[in-house]
Amino acid sequence: MNAPALLTPDDARPLVSTRFTVPGMKCAGCIGKIERELPKLAGISAARANFSAKRVAISHDPALGEDALTAALLALGFEAQPVADNPMGVEVEERKRLNRALGVAGFGMMNVMLLSVSVWSGADGATRELFHWLSALIALPVIAYSGRPFFASAWMALSHKRTNMDVPISIGVILATCLSLYETITGGAHAYFDSAVMLLFFLLAGRALDAEMRTRTRAGIGALLGRMGKSASVIAPDGTTRRVAAKDLEPGMLVLVAAGEALAADGEVVDGISAIDNAMLTGESAPEPVGPGSAVHAGAINLSAPIRVALTRVAEDTAIAEIARLMDEAGQSRSHYVRIADRASRLYAPVVHSLAALAFIGWMIAGAGVHQSLTIAIAVLIITCPCAMGLAVPAAQVVASGALLRRGLLVKDGSALERLAEVDIALLDKTGTLTLGEPRADVTALGTEARAVALGLAQASRHPLSRGLAAALLREGVQPATIDNIREESGIGLTATWQGVAVALEKPEGEAQALATTLRIGDAAQIIIFADPMRSDAAATLAALRADGITASILSGDRAAPVEAMGRALGLTAQAEASPQAKLAALEALKSQGRRPLMVGDGLNDGPALAAAHASIAPGTASDASQQAADAVFIGEGLMPVALAVRVAKATMRIVRQNFGFSIAYNLLAVPLAVFGLVTPLIAAIAMSVSSLVVVANSLRLAGAAK
Amino acid sequence: MTGLAFLIPIALGMGLLGLVAFLWSMREGQYDDMDGAANRILIDDDEPLEEDA
Repeated sequence: MNAPALLTPDDARPLVSTRFTVPGMKCAGCIGKIERELPKLAGISAARANFSAKRVAISHDPALGEDALTAALLALGFEAQPVADNPMGVEVEERKRLNRALGVAGFGMMNVMLLSVSVWSGADGATRELFHWLSALIALPVIAYSGRPFFASAWMALSHKRTNMDVPISIGVILATCLSLYETITGGAHAYFDSAVMLLFFLLAGRALDAEMRTRTRAGIGALLGRMGKSASVIAPDGTTRRVAAKDLEPGMLVLVAAGEALAADGEVVDGISAIDNAMLTGESAPEPVGPGSAVHAGAINLSAPIRVALTRVAEDTAIAEIARLMDEAGQSRSHYVRIADRASRLYAPVVHSLAALAFIGWMIAGAGVHQSLTIAIAVLIITCPCAMGLAVPAAQVVASGALLRRGLLVKDGSALERLAEVDIALLDKTGTLTLGEPRADVTALGTEARAVALGLAQASRHPLSRGLAAALLREGVQPATIDNIREESGIGLTATWQGVAVALEKPEGEAQALATTLRIGDAAQIIIFADPMRSDAAATLAALRADGITASILSGDRAAPVEAMGRALGLTAQAEASPQAKLAALEALKSQGRRPLMVGDGLNDGPALAAAHASIAPGTASDASQQAADAVFIGEGLMPVALAVRVAKATMRIVRQNFGFSIAYNLLAVPLAVFGLVTPLIAAIAMSVSSLVVVANSLRLAGAAK
Repeated sequence: MTGLAFLIPIALGMGLLGLVAFLWSMREGQYDDMDGAANRILIDDDEPLEEDA
């Protein structure tokens, strides 16, 4: 990033830097382990972890490829994916610009205020003039620099013949500066430099909070993303293979997909027997067996053995791209949503500007000079400048999203909170949303020894069932037995020896029990059954949603029987076997009835519905595309964050409305003072800071809202 | 009045110093990884780390 080129004089070869996203980095120990162990490997010179963004930057010898580095991280126990150069560069840059502007405005505000206090406490004559000039010298460059975000946004709005919150702000700041400059040059008594700079400081604080909230959650979601195959090994007619980027693949190409690799295009298996993990596409966790003739889709992960695939559809034509296009179209409607601050300013700006114009005309009629009338009109603009209004929304939303973050829910931006507060009906997907979406082993029947052996075996494999079994045993506090000679055979299972006895984890006899495995120790065999259990607090969450006046129903792509069983268990109406298009249609139908649906889902098949819903939430285990389409992502095994999100969003909007109410009440008191020419720079400064503090303090009450 | 000739430049200089320090720390990436910084204090440099951290 900002690091200088990594070139040491002794080293002839320049090092390159590659960045990885490492979602499993969860504690200080992980940082220490990665940063200490990686540089011990040949070719790696340094590793630096960014814990907030869950990223690791490795500077290494160019001879070392991404695959080798990913393997090195995996050997340390961390799953990692390389990330593109700087996917969030633009947003990070915007946040840094706001922070710099905030720092400059803070500097200007403190120094100008220092001089202003002297003027208010009675400095006059030459001293006052000197102080005004000094204030002008500090304030003009500060306003020019720190005001740019507002001026640019206001100009943008005006040139599209629209108005937003930044238009009255910019007009107020610019007029106050011009008037103060005029007063300074003519040796007048009142300069408003302090008010102008303070206004910018408070508003920038609001903007910086808003940007901080967005980048923080984007980083969290970005850390969970990035599993789709970006390239493939194409087999040439002469048998050699070469890596080809996903966008350069062509139908008819023959590709070799190694175990553990993600597919980069749709195709048909021509050779090899394996199992694939389609979780990215369907959210379905059970591995799907494939053999010659099976159709496979981009985004699926090949689990057990290498397969050869003849590509049928590539790049824009894959099933995944088709769904992405549906999502893109469905998401268009959401960009028309007007945020509450802009709605407020559409009413606010014309009122304030006509008041200022009326004050000017009134004083001209009453016989005051142009100068005095103009001073009063500008005082009206300064005192009504939406300082508290600018903070009313972001302050409340940032506090609320921080409270939700601590409870495991990442809200993407302020607009998401506003829309979440408005939902009146909820649609939930079944697999992965109401259920955990991953196979959980029932280990209660196993004895102590069997548990230790099973864990020793399961730890050696990346098969989803093995991982589910290992996770369940680790939760029980089982210590793994020492197992030797582990061999994994695709489609059959794991075999090994334990204290001289042959042990195995195998596929059970007969196809009926798809989600089960047989643990064999010597001659004794035991069947371990896996289930995809319902999230433990699903019923409580639905009750909490009902208490908030939101009716829920199930909208699933799964088969009718299990969906109806779940609907009966939870007392919900259910629609089963819904295709992505059918889900989208169901949401459009609700919207055309004037309802505001909340969609909760995880699979890529939910993607278009998530994008089309008024607001949407996805679990952290959801497919990448779904997480991107959703307004919020919840992490962990509970479903309660969904109900909590709605409740906190409603509380936030209550506080926002209170903040607006307070701002309006403050204006009702202050405007008559300004109109009658009673406002001095001292009164303006006090009024502005007090109103801002009240708004921020009121917003802080949300800190406990997610309890 | 003569006191002002000293005090105002000092006040401005100290303010500028604070501003420069803030801009420098931002450029150096001091705010890029706030959660990581909070956690790094817990890393013990002298002892080998546990295997299953």
